Amino acid sequence: MNTIYLDNNATTAVAPAVLEEMLPYLKDLYGNPSSMHTFGGQLGSTIREARAKVAALLGAEPEEIIFTSCGTESDNTAIMSALEIYPHKRHVITTRVEHPAVYSFCKHLARKGYRVTYIPVDSKGRLNMDAFYKALDDDTAIVSVMYANNETGVIFPVEEIGTVLRERDILFHTDAVQAVGKIPLDTRTLPIDMLSLSGHKLHAPKGIGVLYVRKGTRFYPYIIGGHQEHGRRAGTENIASIIALGKACELAAENLETEGTYLSRLRDKLEAALLRRSPDARINGDTEHRLPNTTNISFEYVEGEAILLRLDEYGICASSGSACTSGSLEPSHVLRAMGVPFTAMHGSIRFSLSRYNTEEEIDKVIETLPPIIKELRMLSPYGRCT
Amino acid sequence: MWEYTQKVKDFFLHPRNVGEIENPDAVGEVGSITCGDALKLTLKIDKDTNRIIDAKFQTFGCASAIASSSALTELVKGKTLDDALKLTNKDIADFLGGLPEAKMHCSVMGKEALEAAIAGYKGEAKPPESGERIVCKCFEVTEDKIRKVIIENHLTTVDEVTNYTKAGGGCGACIPDLEAILRDIWSVKPVAERPKEPKKLTNLQKIALIQDVLEKEIRPRLQADGGDLELLDVEGHKVIVALRAMCVACPMGGVTIKGIEEKLRELVSGDIVVEER
Repeated sequence: MNTIYLDNNATTAVAPAVLEEMLPYLKDLYGNPSSMHTFGGQLGSTIREARAKVAALLGAEPEEIIFTSCGTESDNTAIMSALEIYPHKRHVITTRVEHPAVYSFCKHLARKGYRVTYIPVDSKGRLNMDAFYKALDDDTAIVSVMYANNETGVIFPVEEIGTVLRERDILFHTDAVQAVGKIPLDTRTLPIDMLSLSGHKLHAPKGIGVLYVRKGTRFYPYIIGGHQEHGRRAGTENIASIIALGKACELAAENLETEGTYLSRLRDKLEAALLRRSPDARINGDTEHRLPNTTNISFEYVEGEAILLRLDEYGICASSGSACTSGSLEPSHVLRAMGVPFTAMHGSIRFSLSRYNTEEEIDKVIETLPPIIKELRMLSPYGRCT
Repeated sequence: MWEYTQKVKDFFLHPRNVGEIENPDAVGEVGSITCGDALKLTLKIDKDTNRIIDAKFQTFGCASAIASSSALTELVKGKTLDDALKLTNKDIADFLGGLPEAKMHCSVMGKEALEAAIAGYKGEAKPPESGERIVCKCFEVTEDKIRKVIIENHLTTVDEVTNYTKAGGGCGACIPDLEAILRDIWSVKPVAERPKEPKKLTNLQKIALIQDVLEKEIRPRLQADGGDLELLDVEGHKVIVALRAMCVACPMGGVTIKGIEEKLRELVSGDIVVEER
């Protein structure tokens, strides 16, 4: 059975060209770039090339790129840096729909005595900007707002937020893990100070991330030790993955325009067909401002884990915000923040596409899923509602 | 991903006895769509022999909820009401080759639906939620249910209670209540009165724990006031320390030592004596 992988917001396949590019550094070229000998030292220039490629995708300068181990590390680092630099400021602003890399970290900060404001969202997952403006004060050390939401794909008004924060001289970090490589993003025009990205969301392997820190932004490292990354992130460079990320960013930059159009066409086809064929289904999130690859659909009166495991029988991979899949007994904090009705909350399914998905695969899902929903509704005491 | 047994998968993908019996003799409905799972059980009962001759179910929920409901119907068919009532949630889980711990509440839901159906049939049904104390407001779990499940399944921790009843799995506000119920049932002394595990530490463990407490609990507080402390040695129950920095000249040094001793007695061992050198 062929796998139909539609869970690309969770992780992506390593691009074949990326794998090819990184392999020599896992085999023969295993040196340490800090070494004095040529064998290791020569790797310094390959890291430079990779850094330049990552910078190019973001419209950044190479020295604004810090390699980290993952998106979570980048997020934690950005927030901690602000708190170290401004120790007298004790307030952090974020949103109620952040990824746990920021959300749980802020909960941790609150336990440590920091004041944290979580900006709410409306029923379409759009940020409540009034609440954001009201939350700002002189005690605010940093604002961390995701570029695009991982569950719904909703894109946030990062430009508007950044503009305001720049006037107020407050640091702004954006978790752009879901956005980089999917939509154009240019740090030359975006008023952000720090940005996180993760390699494995854009066809590089797991275990590599980046924190972009704008030139002139004060920064304090999170991982302390050696001089690597100009003393901004200690630890021997993960050379193979850095090379891989460079290649992945190069591929993303080349394909950005065409890929976006391709993905949104497939996504829209999938979405429209599923809504047409399944009564009592609804889209979660603002369809006007959304990543091209993501759709989050709730099928009312059925439960998400059951849907996923039925799809699994056909090799179709997706994810759900239902309680049974969240690792706790509560459904997704994102859908709850949006006030999605309980009848729809437990039956939410997220499909997230990548450049490797084909039209045939989408057709297969369109053909497979509606009968599954129908069958599960017949099993359900609420089935008669439809 | 959950690790389900083959039998759970089989009963989820090919559930037996799906649907609703027409003109049923007994109906048991538990759960709600808000909570994320719900089960409606319908039974046909032979009035002369009090035997369940048919059982059907409808379930809204995850794979293990559907499989547990289906397993329940297979288990009760052909049983007398008395025998059916002897079934436990563990029987349902065992029939399926076991359920993941965090999914045990699915088997409890089956058992509850069966009890509700039979109680209704016998005319013993309680008026809905009549003055029953709801402990977990997120999932509307009553104290009666929690107590019953704790005793039937010999549960001893809050995590287990959550796995079996969902209580405490939402906002967590009822966790102190759950602890109190557990203490009450197993008459365990309140945690605050005694150290959790009064088991004997090896010398190595003891020294490591002393170091840890000093590092995390004591030194940061001293440092905040410009002081500091160094652990010099541990001889049996005697902990020898030296005060450093501002603490050296501090007239409150004796009080500080006493405070450290109290903390170590609380967290490491009741017989510790701290000496300054």
